[in-house]
Amino acid sequence: MCSYIVEKAQVSGSAKGPSGWMRIDTANVYFDHPYHAPLDHALAIDFVCAADGARERVAVELSAASARELVAKIMVALAIGENAHAKPAA
Amino acid sequence: MSYEGLAAETVAFRGHNGDQGEAYYAQPTRAGKFPGVVVIHHLPGWDEWITEVVRKFAHHGYAAISPHLYFRDGPGSPDDVGARVRAAGGVPDEQVVGDAKGATAFLRAQANSNGKVGAIGFCSGGRHAYLAACRLPEIDAVVDCWGGNVIVDDQALLNAKRPVAPIDLTDQLRVPLLGLFGNDDENPNADQVNRTEAVLKRLGKNYEFHRYDKAGHAFFNTARAAYRPEQAADGWSKVFAFYRKHLAA
Repeated sequence: MCSYIVEKAQVSGSAKGPSGWMRIDTANVYFDHPYHAPLDHALAIDFVCAADGARERVAVELSAASARELVAKIMVALAIGENAHAKPAA
Repeated sequence: MSYEGLAAETVAFRGHNGDQGEAYYAQPTRAGKFPGVVVIHHLPGWDEWITEVVRKFAHHGYAAISPHLYFRDGPGSPDDVGARVRAAGGVPDEQVVGDAKGATAFLRAQANSNGKVGAIGFCSGGRHAYLAACRLPEIDAVVDCWGGNVIVDDQALLNAKRPVAPIDLTDQLRVPLLGLFGNDDENPNADQVNRTEAVLKRLGKNYEFHRYDKAGHAFFNTARAAYRPEQAADGWSKVFAFYRKHLAA
């Protein structure tokens, strides 16, 4: 379906876009017809800086299964990394 | 036999409020008078597939134009601009109707126009085409390809940009309507298509609906897994038969 439903995540960090690295503050997340991926529906994420007018974006269009895989791996990476970094230096 | 020669290019047109925007335009190159078709793109934006549709119409003897409905939100590539528009909640219906009106004027202003102009839209563009045909006397025949939200079951989907469900404007529809739908589609689903047809029938409108098994949303779109070659071939034949009948001078 063509929907206008967009979830907006407040994020803090940087992304490398068409003009190089940029500060980002928002991830627009939606599951709908992609522009490029040859899928009926894709989980799309557009990383933008809304404070700067969101004139550029870093975009991905993922299959639903791979989006879930990404979510799981993000959680795993965070858990492992935070655990490792929490240890006192040897 | 020889195939129709065609010329395709990006042109400037005047849309809603007289705003100047870009549109993709293709026409047969042989001498003659041709009907026009306004091609309305889907929500993700003004993409390569929609330019293929425009050229397909020219190949079949029509002058066709696809206005970039998001031109006001540029500059940028159509995909980036489309993402920007989506994040802002889409474009207002009133603006789309104005842009469709401007596109019909562009077609009629061409020396090779036969004076007739149809509209066709896909997905959200199908809804826009339905809406435009209800609102604009400039459109002579309309094709709705699986337009979602013609019927709005969730009133929360109506807002300042989309204040009225197109189905509620059906009494203003004065031209023939062709509707093509996949029975596996979720929006519009089979029940919504049936209810749309019931309204058209009750109001005595000139319409024909075709429903396709083993097809879902966007089954014409060769760039997607949803493409269904047999159903799409039959659907295109219905489109061209419809326009041959209703757009002849």
